[in-house]
Parts: sequence; structure tokens; C-alpha cells
Amino acid sequence: MTNPNVIEIENVSKRFIIRKEKSLKERLVNFGRSKLHKEDFWALRDVDLSIASGSTVGLVGPNGSGKSTLLKAIGGIIQPTSGTVKVRGRLAALLELGAGFHPDLTGRENVYLNASILGLSRQQTDKHFDAIVDFSGIEQFIDTQVKFYSSGMYVRLAFAVAVHVDPDILLVDEVLAVGDEPFQRKCMERIKGFQHEGRTIVLVSHSLDQVAELCDRAIVLERGLVTADGIPQEALRVLRADFEATRQGEIDRAAARSGVADKPALQAQVGAVALLDERTREPIGSIRPGDSIRARVTVSASPLLQDWMLGLAIDTPIGTTVYGTNTQLLGVRLPPLTGEASFDFLLPDLRLGEGRYTLRLAIEGTNGQEIHRLDEAAHIEVRSDGRAHGSIAVDASFATV
Amino acid sequence: MSLTSEARATALALEPLRFAGPVPGFATGTLTSLRDIAAHRELMDLLIRRELKAKYKDSALGFVWSLLKPLALLLVYYVAIGKFLGAARQIDDFAIFIFTGLTAWQLVTDIVVPGTGSIVANSGLIKKVYLPREVFPLAVVGSALFNFAIQLAILVAATVAVGRFPVGPNWLYFPLSLLVLLVFSTAMALLLSAVNVYLRDVQYLVEIAFMILFWASPIVYSWALVQEELTAAWMQAVYLANPVTLAVLGFQQTFWVAGAGEPIPDHLGTRLLIALGIGVVLLWFCQRVFAKLQSNFAQEL
Repeated sequence: MTNPNVIEIENVSKRFIIRKEKSLKERLVNFGRSKLHKEDFWALRDVDLSIASGSTVGLVGPNGSGKSTLLKAIGGIIQPTSGTVKVRGRLAALLELGAGFHPDLTGRENVYLNASILGLSRQQTDKHFDAIVDFSGIEQFIDTQVKFYSSGMYVRLAFAVAVHVDPDILLVDEVLAVGDEPFQRKCMERIKGFQHEGRTIVLVSHSLDQVAELCDRAIVLERGLVTADGIPQEALRVLRADFEATRQGEIDRAAARSGVADKPALQAQVGAVALLDERTREPIGSIRPGDSIRARVTVSASPLLQDWMLGLAIDTPIGTTVYGTNTQLLGVRLPPLTGEASFDFLLPDLRLGEGRYTLRLAIEGTNGQEIHRLDEAAHIEVRSDGRAHGSIAVDASFATV
Repeated sequence: MSLTSEARATALALEPLRFAGPVPGFATGTLTSLRDIAAHRELMDLLIRRELKAKYKDSALGFVWSLLKPLALLLVYYVAIGKFLGAARQIDDFAIFIFTGLTAWQLVTDIVVPGTGSIVANSGLIKKVYLPREVFPLAVVGSALFNFAIQLAILVAATVAVGRFPVGPNWLYFPLSLLVLLVFSTAMALLLSAVNVYLRDVQYLVEIAFMILFWASPIVYSWALVQEELTAAWMQAVYLANPVTLAVLGFQQTFWVAGAGEPIPDHLGTRLLIALGIGVVLLWFCQRVFAKLQSNFAQEL
């Protein structure tokens, strides 16, 4: 049996009329200064989607791409300008934990109020009350006014209520990012439990890793348009490439701005970096885990570069360095250099996990002073079989002992 | 797939698709709106409790405060207007007379003034969760009714104290007048709360308007005095076109036993019935306007 659609979105567009209000104005500024006089802003444009019951869908995209607007449209909180959104079954939106908590009421009273807001009847809340308090772990404060709660207690109670509502569709907007680590783990466990029970989850997240881990479908939104829709690995690849393009654009612009004004006379500079196949020495675009590559770095110096070393690092898109080394650590003394020369870093058996990585190169003096750095020297696109996530690749298997 | 998830999918397949949020359409959505609101009775109940509980939560006297306010007003009007200006000489049982009017008036203010601000005050919820937004002004109506019940109890006790407990068919004016007040003020609360989202000035305008309207109804002066001044028939008609005036007169018919011989407008009962009829239509219309305007609440707040 195929699962029925629980959410059907047809040709949904949402226009925000720009007023002289700041928040919307700022949004417009992000759009580019040339459009400052334009009066409306399309947060969603002809979005057509249907989501089957039991699936977990991640909505991803850069800021202001319409993710939250789409989520709110599904939740019925805002109405689309054109098109229709239809849903089936009980829907609960976790757009903000503790929305509807009243600071002057006690925890107990707020549990009933909040459960009611999320659609539970009094009897149902009575039935779940002990479980809710137990889950929150704040039994002793349940009859205290919530204004005396610490923010952690507040969030715990709110989440406890939210997960005991019995939704067919759960809309989650970034709330998983709140709370300490044990609490986040609790959230995750609960969400996985929900998946197992066949509930549909629509999740907005900026944590691409989280989306890759939880979801079986990812939808990439950009400027209100759906730019990719499919299994998370594919969709996230599109998004990462796009993030990279944006970042590159910003770097170029920044360079253009500062470049003319006060460019210091560089003693040395990292020029081009090329990624070559280790054996064929052909340029490569993407690799598979375990491939060997050769990073060919061109360095130019004038008039004379001495007592120097060359460093290389591999970063993830969010800027975590997964690998780094330099010629000093490798035990190589570089000769004084005048003019241009090329060097090869050999990176054999590179077991990187799926994703897009950035190569960072730097010239430093042996005294540790940085002479020149190239942050986005080159990119390595690693494609794997989708059997794992994370930054390292392990050829794992599983067996029963 | 586990059994439960399959069962869930099967159950969901049988359910019809429904619109997320309110059903579009001006006239057709009435029934759905009513059903939606009815489904949230319990929430409304909790919201009313929240309003009542939170209002005087940390004060030592608590609910007593909601009684002290009208009593203080009563004292002021009784002394200043009744004694100093001499109104009490022309109106028997002046204290009962004033308190009857004040009770009716207080209900209207308690509904319309906080009702107007209710959507903006609950913006945190409205932006995060979908609920039929009517519950917020309606919860205000609920908590106003609670205060009204207390005041009414005091009023009845006072009639007993002066030895003029109302009996007889004049009681019929009370439920009719109460309905007129409820229908009109709820309609206003719905309409103004929605408009207030787009134009926050409404909130302040309402406060001033109510200050003026207070004197447009025979609360601290009697209908007899109005009749003397407004001799032209059309002026009286304008004065009586105010549903609050009619309801206040109706309240006085019931509770102000000492005023039994005083003149009242002709056909007060019929006028009240007509007002009720108009009020019901107005309430329907205001709810539809509210439903229309609410689609943009989340982005305007």
C-alpha cells in the first residue's frame, strides 16, 4: 500500500507587502539595493509539493529563502497569497517551545494550557500529565510559577508537553537547537520514535548534518523557489554548492573593495592551486573516499622569500578543520625562493566522508608569522555511497556474532 | 514499517484533506468557523482562567480588587453627582440606580476595551500556533462575564438590603438587555481586535470613545431628565438608537424598583428585541470581517 499524502501544497505563492517597517526593509536590502523601491517581496513562488505520510522532510536553504514561511503556511499560521495548502490528520507545530506559557501561572497550569493550545483535551492531558512531568524532570517545581523557572527548566517543560501531544504531522522549526546536550539527545530520540510510529515530520534546520541524519527527503528552497527536492545527499549537495558560490562571491567582493585601497606589497603569494589525480596527474573535480590526490601549489615570491614554510588544511563547509599539516611538520626545509615555483602535497588514500571540502593554503615564516593565506584555494567534492555521514570515511559493515 | 505506522497510514488515508488554517470564502466559512471555535471550548475555558488568575496573581486581595473598582466609582458618583449636584433628590434609591447602570456599562467596557487589544496581546501565540483566533476576544468576553456575575450578585444583595428586591415580569427585561449588551460588545470586540492589528491607534481611540459614550447612556442621570431636554422626537430617536442605552434602561426596569413610576421610552421591549436582531446580524458580519482579516495576522504582528 502506498502511503497517502498528508500535506498537499499546490502553486503556493506568498507575497509580503513591504512597509516602512524595519524587519521587512532589511529583508529587502538582502535582495539588493537596486530593488529598494519595489513594493512587494515574494517569500514563496509557485511551490508545488506533496508529502506522504510517514516521511521525514527537511526544509533547508539560506536565510530568507522562505523555509519558515512555508512551514507556517503548512501550519495554517499564515495564508498564502495564491494557491492552496491542504492537510490531513492532527497537526502540531513546534515553532517555538513554550509559546503560550504564561509567566504568572504555575508549571501545572501551564501544562494544561499549552497542551490545550497544541490540541489536547483535558482528559488526554490528565492521562499524560505524570508522563509529561516525568519527562521534564522538574517534579519539584511543577507548582511554582514559571517566571521563577530557569530557561532550561522552561524549555524542558515545554518540550515535554509538545512531545506528548499525539500529532500525525509535526512541524519543527529550529527548536532542536535549544537546550543542553542531554536534552538535545532526548529530542532526537523522541523524533526517531515519532518516525517509527509513522508520523510525518517536517523540519526546518540550518544544521545540514542533522537533516542528513534524520530525514529521508530534503527540499532546498532559495528565494522562495524549490531548487532541489530528493534524497538528502543529493539535495544537500546542491545547497552546499550554492552556499559555496555565495561565500565565494562575498570574498570576491570584499577583495575588490579592499584590494584597490591598501594592498600591502606582498613578499610572497600563494597563486593557483590545482587538484590532480595522484597517478594520471589530470585535474579532478570530485573524488571518492580513499582516492589519492595531489595538490599542486604555485608560490611566487619577490624579491626573496627565505626561512619559510607552506601549510595546507582541509576544512568542512562550516569551517571545521579536518586535516592540517605544513612543511615543517613534514620535516621539509624549503629553500629560499625568488620568482615562481610549484610544489606538490601528496595526499594518498584520502578517506573523507561525503561532502564538499575546502583547501586552505598558507605561507608562513619559520618564526610563525603569516605571510600570505589563501582561504578558498580549491575545493574537493567527495561523493560516497550514502551509507554513512560525517567527515571521515570508514568502510563499515555489520554482522551478528 | 511497524504495525502502528501502517495503521496510522490507513487511518489517514480515510480522512479528507482540509485547508490549513481558516477556510477561504466570505459567506461560506461561517459554519466552519463556528465548528472550529466550538472545538476549542476547553482552550477558551483555560484562557479565561488564565486571564482571571494572572490578573491579580500576586496581589494580597486578589479578586476583591475587581469589586473595589465599581464600588469606588459608585461612591464617587453617589457623592459628587447624587449629593453635590443634587441628582439624588430627583432619583429615588440613587445608589441602586447608579450601580445598575454601572454594572451594565462595566460589562461593555470589560469586553470591548481589553477585547480590542486581545489579538495584539497574544501575538506571541498567534505567530507560532494556528488556533481559531476568535478565541482570544471570546476569552475576554468570558472573563468579563465572570466579573459581571460578581457585580450582579452585589447589585441583587443591595436591592435586598434596601428592601426592594425586584419581583414580577420586569425581570424579563434583564436577560433581553444582557443579550443585547453581549451581542453588540462581542461584535465590537471582534471587529476592533482585528482592525487594531493593522492600526494600533484603534486601541487608544476606543478608550477615549468609551469615556465619551459613558455619558451618552442614562447611567448617572435618568431618562426623565433626558426627555425634558431632548424635546424633538428625532433627537430622542438618536439617543435611543444606542443599544447600550436601551440595555441600561432595561437593567433599570428590572433592578431599580424605586423607579417603577418613572417614564420609560415607548415599547422598550420591542426596541430591545429589534436591537438584538440587528446585533446578531452585526455579530455575524463582524466575525466574517475578522475571519477575512485574520489571514494576515501572523505577518502584521
